[in-house]
Amino acid sequence: MKGKLNLDERKVAEARDYAETISDGIHDFVIQHTTVSVERAVCRLLGIDGVDDYGIPMPNIVVDHLKSANLIEEGAAYVVGNALLVTGLTPQRIAEEISRGRMDLRSIDYKPHNEVFDGIDELVSKTVEKIRSNRDKRVSLIREIGEGRKPYLYVIVATGNIYEDVVQAKAAAKQGADIVAVIRSTGQSLLDYVPYGPTTEGFGGTYATQENFRIMRSALDEVGEEVGRYIRLCNYCSGLCMPEIAAMGAVERLDVMLNDALYGILFRDINMKRTIIDQYFSRVINGFAGVIINTGEDNYLTTADAYEEAHTVLASQFINERLALMAGIPEEQMGLGHAFEMDPSIENGFLYELAQAQMSREIFPKAPLKYMPPTKFMTGNIFRGYAQDTLFNVISIMTNQGIQLLGMLTEAIHTPFMSDRYLAIENARYIFNNLRDLGDEIAFKEDGIIQARASTVLKEALVLLKEIVSVGLFEALEKGIFANVRRSQHGGKGLDGVVEKGSMYRNPFIEKMLGGRQNG
Amino acid sequence: MDEFSANKEERVSKIDLSRITPYGDTMNDGKVQLSFTLPAPFGPEADEAAKLLMRKMGLKNPQIVFSKEMTSDFTFFVAYGESSYTLDYTSIRVPKIALEKMSMEEIDKFIEERIRRKIVVVGASTGTDAHTVGIDAIMNMKGFAGHYGLERYKNIYAHNLGSQVQNEELVAKAIELSADAILISQTVTAKNVHLKNMTSLVELLEAENLRKRVILVAGGARITHELAKELGYDAGFGPGTFAEDVASFIVHRLESMT
Repeated sequence: MKGKLNLDERKVAEARDYAETISDGIHDFVIQHTTVSVERAVCRLLGIDGVDDYGIPMPNIVVDHLKSANLIEEGAAYVVGNALLVTGLTPQRIAEEISRGRMDLRSIDYKPHNEVFDGIDELVSKTVEKIRSNRDKRVSLIREIGEGRKPYLYVIVATGNIYEDVVQAKAAAKQGADIVAVIRSTGQSLLDYVPYGPTTEGFGGTYATQENFRIMRSALDEVGEEVGRYIRLCNYCSGLCMPEIAAMGAVERLDVMLNDALYGILFRDINMKRTIIDQYFSRVINGFAGVIINTGEDNYLTTADAYEEAHTVLASQFINERLALMAGIPEEQMGLGHAFEMDPSIENGFLYELAQAQMSREIFPKAPLKYMPPTKFMTGNIFRGYAQDTLFNVISIMTNQGIQLLGMLTEAIHTPFMSDRYLAIENARYIFNNLRDLGDEIAFKEDGIIQARASTVLKEALVLLKEIVSVGLFEALEKGIFANVRRSQHGGKGLDGVVEKGSMYRNPFIEKMLGGRQNG
Repeated sequence: MDEFSANKEERVSKIDLSRITPYGDTMNDGKVQLSFTLPAPFGPEADEAAKLLMRKMGLKNPQIVFSKEMTSDFTFFVAYGESSYTLDYTSIRVPKIALEKMSMEEIDKFIEERIRRKIVVVGASTGTDAHTVGIDAIMNMKGFAGHYGLERYKNIYAHNLGSQVQNEELVAKAIELSADAILISQTVTAKNVHLKNMTSLVELLEAENLRKRVILVAGGARITHELAKELGYDAGFGPGTFAEDVASFIVHRLESMT
């Protein structure tokens, strides 16, 4: 299919080749290592949950024990699975025994590899089947009650109290939202554990806990039934607990997950090795669970300049696409990120934004692209802000974006009021309806401003990808290629949670979820 | 000359700064535009409630020009009213940073001539705050809206530590680099955690016996100079601040300290 931008298809193919080389360059490292969070996710998928008397999550207790016992390199599946075989206890009981200091996994017998994995096969399959049935249920619910048209309207709730969030989320769904994201409490991404139970206090958001997922899921199912649209639930599978959040989300039928290691490296100073390993397992789970992942390229433009650094977004999208494919995520679940963040005072800025949005669309035709609203140049002048959000909505419908993060006129002032959200939804619905097929009616002038812009960005992305190929992704990040942020391979949070896999190591969940396509 | 242009001054009321009230299109009409939501079901009673509430706010002739059900039990209003109050503008005093604002070039020259060494500035978005927009606008090379950031100044060593930096880490870095000034940014905070965080930094600097030797500046959407002073800072900068505002303050203060 020939697009409107007359993009050079050879250049696109070349960029994909570079992205593949870059991803291959880190994949060996990824599959030779595991992390504490990967192993805690395995524990969760084996059925270990709850907290001890001090509020420490059981998966942390087990994995901390494995670590201090130097057993972690063999993996939680093998070690806990072996304990299960030897003691006849459930994984949950084993965790409780460890937590009370009544069991030491150093001093039990170890059975051969095959025997252990055969022994836990049924348990592993049970969880995997539960996730598969959630995926099927989503499909059948969408078939039964329907869903919103793309671009899906995505709104956030962020009260800190899950029950208050439910009120806001239901109101948003009734007003027309298709996706509700529960913003996490500030700083949760840096916790090396997942809080437990329903929570009613948070800073600037609500803790991601399995119980909170369950509460919101059931509220959205209820309101979805009422409004005749399946309402998707989104959370944040990023930070130090990526795979655990993915596991919890898969079990509770979340639909969309922010899931991008590069974001954590650049903006949360999480160690790159740690989070790239974490990302792999989390994406395998998300891919299998039918979850749409959202990547964080849009954030580059909040730090760096949206005009000058547009090519870094495209380069990163190519890399994220390849890393997602490796983890078994189909294109239809890749919500690659980009944003409408140019300085509004740029002459013809709208044309450049249009060019870039159309370019993402044409290069990633099946991806439900995640398009982010203006934030950097929102000034507190809510009236102009509303106009900026309107232009953003115009581009989205003209270029057929997948997921529309609604811009709030009060951006940079406060977390959205109920009325802010209403005004945002009304704006988007008005524009989307009024301009529905405008994009199909329009062709761009040959070698005009729009085509030239797209071609320049693609060319620059290619140069950048070539540069990353020559040094490798890790070193490129050390040089500050994305968002002008430099990160060290040996710095950042969470490096001490990285472990080289031992000879007994297997992750049976990865094997089953990828259908034996990849080694875990 | 027709009568419209004659005696113009008599036709338009003069501004009286001792008695100001909002202006719509006619002097002293007191017109105010507002929007709000009430937790009340949509309908005539909700409109009436909104009007009564506006009267209680001191707004005369309340007019509900738009109302809409947001969800059951919540109604949104766009409204106009007229202020019943006036205010004496001439009696207002706002604490401001006494500042002779200079350009980047002038600041670099000022440092060269009057301080005679390069100066060191350490900045961070501290505590739980993950937003770097503010500190980046002031410190990063590129700056914001055409105003270069401190990294671009040839006589300033600017170190932007990024977001979610703990106070202890910031102080340690300031000591390590012999910082002349510390900038902290607080963009989005909830439940006033930024106040506690800002206070604890002052305490920490005092404990290290550093407070008097370093210029301490806060910036952010909800920061005012008055608030910053109250919390023990040398200056506070709110929205609309550029690198040269902050740098002008720092170099002047530094000159007076040495």
